[in-house]
Amino acid sequence: MNGTPQRFLNLQITNRDQTDMKPHTTPTLRFPTVSLRAGISTLALAALALTALPGTLRAQELLNVSYDPTRELYREVNEAFAQKWQAEGHDVPGIETSHGGSGAQARAVIDGLGAQVVTLALASDIDKIAATGKLPADWQSKLPHNSSPYTSTIVFLVRKDNPKGIKDWGDLVKDGVEVITPNPKTSGGARWNYLAAWAWAEKNGQDPKAFVGELFTHVPVLDTGARGATTTFAQRGIGDVLLAWENEAYLALKEIGPDAFEIVVPSVSILAEPPVAVVEANIADDAQRALADAYLDFLYSPEGQALAFKHYYRAWDDSAAAPEDVARFPKLELVDIGHFGGWAKAQPEHFGDGGIFDQIFTAK
Amino acid sequence: MPALVQKTPMPGLRLSAGITLTMLSIVVLLPIGALLLKGASFGPGNVWEVVNRERVWTALLLSFRLSVFAALFNLVFGVLLAWVLVRYDFPGRRLVDAAVDLPFALPTAVAGIALTTLYAPNGAFGQLAAQIGWKIAYTQWGILLALIFVGLPFVTRTVQPVIEEIDREVEEASATLGASRPHTLRHVILPMLTPAALTGFALALARAVGEYGSVIFIAGNIPLKTEIAPLLIVIQLEEFNYDAAAAIGIAMLLISFAMLLAINIIQIVSRRKMGHV
Repeated sequence: MNGTPQRFLNLQITNRDQTDMKPHTTPTLRFPTVSLRAGISTLALAALALTALPGTLRAQELLNVSYDPTRELYREVNEAFAQKWQAEGHDVPGIETSHGGSGAQARAVIDGLGAQVVTLALASDIDKIAATGKLPADWQSKLPHNSSPYTSTIVFLVRKDNPKGIKDWGDLVKDGVEVITPNPKTSGGARWNYLAAWAWAEKNGQDPKAFVGELFTHVPVLDTGARGATTTFAQRGIGDVLLAWENEAYLALKEIGPDAFEIVVPSVSILAEPPVAVVEANIADDAQRALADAYLDFLYSPEGQALAFKHYYRAWDDSAAAPEDVARFPKLELVDIGHFGGWAKAQPEHFGDGGIFDQIFTAK
Repeated sequence: MPALVQKTPMPGLRLSAGITLTMLSIVVLLPIGALLLKGASFGPGNVWEVVNRERVWTALLLSFRLSVFAALFNLVFGVLLAWVLVRYDFPGRRLVDAAVDLPFALPTAVAGIALTTLYAPNGAFGQLAAQIGWKIAYTQWGILLALIFVGLPFVTRTVQPVIEEIDREVEEASATLGASRPHTLRHVILPMLTPAALTGFALALARAVGEYGSVIFIAGNIPLKTEIAPLLIVIQLEEFNYDAAAAIGIAMLLISFAMLLAINIIQIVSRRKMGHV
């Protein structure tokens, strides 16, 4: 791709030079030869690109297909696990992690991306992969805590000193408050935002559909992903409050500076469980299965749990974690997805085509 | 192969024709064929049911209307830019000439983020616009801006070589025959540029209709307000609803096809006119 426009540009400039000197010369016969050569080199490039595509992985290699905000976490996990695996007398494992929107990542695996391990934002995304037979339907019961080695929740990120006085979900629909959230149709994180708001309304005697509907009239920008929404809020200065993953909010605070933002923890939020699973169909042999199982088990080990705490996830086992990493999480009432009847029910009911979220916008 | 008539003395016609057709099939015909096949297996009734909703129509109308505006803008300013680049010599002309291609070279996401940074209410230009109460980023203005950006090179690059070919004698002859400058422009220059400019217009339009990467950052993406049709396709994909995604894709394909056909017909008519003059 890169070479062709450059060549095109050169060609144009050369031609213009020629016309500058001899205004009436017709294009020379060399022209087609050049484009043929360009065509052949493009073909060669394409062939090269094809051979460079990842083929089937060898046994001691592992591809972890994950979602967006886990980049920093898995960078450390991969390193720590590789050392541990080596210390146990194995060869150095080649572990790669791919990140992107949770739904898009699930589609990539369905369409044939050879991931041995998936670590996604929503159980419903892994359910979709399971529906193709690549892993058993009861995958979520294979590992402890609904196969979620770490959890998170949804909190508010507000501007320094909280000028709009935002304390809880009810404050978000006050006049003049602008709320930034990604689009629940395209972002896994945003679905948790939406369900957390729904849960608060239920617990406070409000009609949840009307409350969530009103909440979305306060949203000026619907980004497609969680990172995009963080950028809109933090860098573009849009909105008064960002509904964010707790780990994402802490990361923004760390990266952009605690003098610009504050975290506000609402009275009720949702227990977000980003699950992990081995993709059975992509396991080549027993050695690779052992590696994949050990990798996921490592996430549950005290060492792996400590890393999750360090990266602002609410993990389960704090025995090896730094005390300050554990202490920063305030206690709040958490509702889990079971309250909504599980993802298999909540996904189509709220976020499916023509579901409650779509009705909010078409009813206006 | 009797179908292939060799009109040039160049060797290698069969080889190059074979490569061309193969590449064309792999890159263009197969994906479009697969899209249509997906739509056919879904059923025309179902396709219509997906497309015939307020939200889809609103998004389609928004995408095509803003694309036409952006392409019209690029038509006028692209011709102007090409004229200036060919006919005037000024310091840095080569640099400007090369810069015209930048929208092609830049990843669209980078363009979108850069435009949003500049035109957001706290950005360099956005701040100025906000003072007169004009919001650009996260409104339809922002979408238009991104579409103008990605379509800019097409008209300029198609018209430029034509302007280079125009002999100054033609204009001089027109002047000596007593035509005023506007008359020469209207009746001599513009008719020569029309076919190329229309090609550029069609390319800019087609590009704008399908643009996703840059628009998504600056649009705001609010349903019924700033939601473009390609985003609806992505949303359907997020729901693993491949059929509905294909349905909206087919609707866009058909509308684009109709528009490009109309432009081609105008082009043929204008060429014929040229021939008679």
